[in-house]
Amino acid sequence: MQQKVILSGNEGVARGAWEAGVGMGIGYPGTPSTEIVETLAKMEGPMVAWAVNEKVALEQAYGACVTGLRSLVTMKHVGLNVAADPLFTTAYMGVNGGLVIAVADDPGMHSSQNEQDNRWYALHAKVPMLEPSSSRECRDFTRLAFELSERHDVPFLLRLVTRVSHSRGVVEIDPAAEYRRRSRSYERNVPKYVVLPAHARARRVALEENLKRLLADPEARVVNRMEITGSEVGIITSGASYNYVKEAFGDRYSVLKLGLVYPLDGELIREFAAKVQRLYVVEELDPYLETHVQALGVTCEGKKCISPFFELNPQAVATSLAKAGLEPLEQLEPATAEPVTGIPARPPILCAGCPHRAFFYLARREKVMVVGDIGCYTLGAMPPLDGIDVSACMGGGFSIALGISTNLPEGEKVFGVLGDSTFYHSGITGAVDAVFNRRPIVPVVLDNRSTAMTGHQENPGTGRTLDGEPTVMQDPERIFLAVGFDRVLVVNAYDLEGIRNTIRDAKVSRDRVAIIVKAPCRLLKESRRGPAREVVRDNCAKCKNCLRLGCPALSLDEEGYPAIDPLACAGCGLCEQVCRHQAVRVQEKGVTS
Amino acid sequence: MAKGTKRVMFAGVGGQGILLASRVLAEGLLRAGLDVKSTEVHGMAQRGGSVVTQVCFGERVYSPLVGPGAIDILVTLEKLEALRYVHFLKKNGILLANKREIPSLPVLTGAAPYPRDIEERLSSFPVSLYLIDADREAERLGNHRVMNMVLLGALMRLAGLAGLVDWKEVVAGAVRPQYREVNLRALEAGMHLV
Ligand code: SF4
Ligand code: SF4
Repeated sequence: MQQKVILSGNEGVARGAWEAGVGMGIGYPGTPSTEIVETLAKMEGPMVAWAVNEKVALEQAYGACVTGLRSLVTMKHVGLNVAADPLFTTAYMGVNGGLVIAVADDPGMHSSQNEQDNRWYALHAKVPMLEPSSSRECRDFTRLAFELSERHDVPFLLRLVTRVSHSRGVVEIDPAAEYRRRSRSYERNVPKYVVLPAHARARRVALEENLKRLLADPEARVVNRMEITGSEVGIITSGASYNYVKEAFGDRYSVLKLGLVYPLDGELIREFAAKVQRLYVVEELDPYLETHVQALGVTCEGKKCISPFFELNPQAVATSLAKAGLEPLEQLEPATAEPVTGIPARPPILCAGCPHRAFFYLARREKVMVVGDIGCYTLGAMPPLDGIDVSACMGGGFSIALGISTNLPEGEKVFGVLGDSTFYHSGITGAVDAVFNRRPIVPVVLDNRSTAMTGHQENPGTGRTLDGEPTVMQDPERIFLAVGFDRVLVVNAYDLEGIRNTIRDAKVSRDRVAIIVKAPCRLLKESRRGPAREVVRDNCAKCKNCLRLGCPALSLDEEGYPAIDPLACAGCGLCEQVCRHQAVRVQEKGVTS
Repeated sequence: MAKGTKRVMFAGVGGQGILLASRVLAEGLLRAGLDVKSTEVHGMAQRGGSVVTQVCFGERVYSPLVGPGAIDILVTLEKLEALRYVHFLKKNGILLANKREIPSLPVLTGAAPYPRDIEERLSSFPVSLYLIDADREAERLGNHRVMNMVLLGALMRLAGLAGLVDWKEVVAGAVRPQYREVNLRALEAGMHLV
């Protein structure tokens, strides 16, 4: 008996992997991909884990696949940059158990530092890629990817985007289904699994043959679907863009929906093109499909009409193609043509009581140059904290600082700042390089014992694995000492004076000094909430010093006094320490400010 | 858009319970035998930023996401967010706005004032405006967190969905047992507020 349930795209991927008998599910957390592993972890059967980074995740999964297990790897789009090395070579080596790499792009950069279009990776690494449009297809395509991966001896990429991963839709599942772990036997095969140049050359040829065989497989071709409803206009599309095309035009125009976006079925594209007079390509981000269609010698239009950046939606598609004479189903009459302007923005902000706040507040005041990294603490760059000078990518916090340190005025130091999860992800290597190349950077770990930004996943510093089992708890202090730092200054994240002294010490010291700013994330159970604070107006000089902390519990009231929302206040005490007029104190019982 | 597709959008601030409200709505619509697709923005939005979800339903829904000008009913959990997202509404659409004000970062730091004329500006648009104080209602019921259910109840009434399925059953299945009672009362209260 099938039952209809609502699943997110990510839940669909997890369900598909589980139905396919996946033996290992592993990834590194990253929006919008995180819930795949989290969902799989709640299901009976597979071994599920967070890896220290995406490369390690893919390599572990590959190892499991060599032994015959079906393995699923997940990451956000930029994670594939980290995992690119094993990606390219495992394509040559092929698989034993099926290997599926689910990677979630973020068009529009809702939660990312770029919007790279990962379809190019498929082409570049010669790894087949399926692109689902809905939660149902997420489930179905994941299952199919495992089948095809094993049948044609290639890893598979599953490309998701925010509006597929984080959209929810109806999926029919069999609630009585049981987990059946799939495993093939391992046979030692050095020419396949050891890529010495001579072996690699043979595997390079094998890869081409595998791809050719895959393209001829009828099961791989069913995911490419022609919906012929007329001969005037045809639209080639895939993934989330398919939803937008159908929502905008319904069955008005013929559509070729591509589920397999690499390798592309050129024959089918030609066949479709021959059925229509005018051909359009609708795709989010880069002209990936368009380039290929044109390379086939088929005339089409794509990016001339459709924006090459940011997220699409049905109305954007309708409006863009209306210029080319296509008629949308719906003639929209908006309530107002333009968004309301001139209203205060609502950017994300560090939580009330966040342990990252004090460091950035002081870094700015102590005038040190700070290289940041990727996590909640990137928000330390926002005014009023304004505490970061440069921030590019995961694990870049120390390494970018290394380069900066080579061109600073004599005696000045740059601080590289990253979080605990980021430190283990790829930050450590920068610390090693600092010692190796004798660069005078000050590495800082904001150790809140969590991967907070993505929803508090375990990491090597939390002392627990994904399934909550106790494990060795890494200690950044010992790591810094082990790689050659002379002194590691550990300071409480809420001790303003302590942090100030630490920064000053590190700035001038001739030793190799590292800093660890420590306190658990405010949203964790371990974080102890202090008593709420209140402002004593009689003492307040209206200097607004406390407001420069950018705490969401603190705001300016109508009379120009700072006011603390007692419900929002986490009682961290920073505002009290910042105030020079003793105007902030612990809220007196029974009194509300 | 297939004929008869309706689109609801929720907008508010991280932590206001938007995801739960939109998931309850979607689940009920599924139980009523409709096709449903919804979309959510997570991530940075959870740290006190704007949170937006959309729920589209009908006989056959293709896209979980629509752009400006295509929403039938906009439910805003915070007053300034109503102004921020009103352009998503169709002309003559319904705007159900909560009166709650939550200062955003520029307001907190004194860089910009919280606009004082939101209600007037909202009533200047060609939409049916319903302004309610869902937080006060929730506090009256003894738990300020069920504000989202008050709004959901009001939405049911305005969208003509109240009799579609047993919403109480849907809500009961979506919240923790110890909060079931107060959530149900909030839903009920919301249905009578508009
Ligand atoms: S989730 Fe934790 S680390 Fe992130 S902003 Fe909030 S308190 Fe800070
Ligand atoms: S004590 Fe002050 S800085 Fe800390 S959370 Fe409360 S209002 Fe914010």
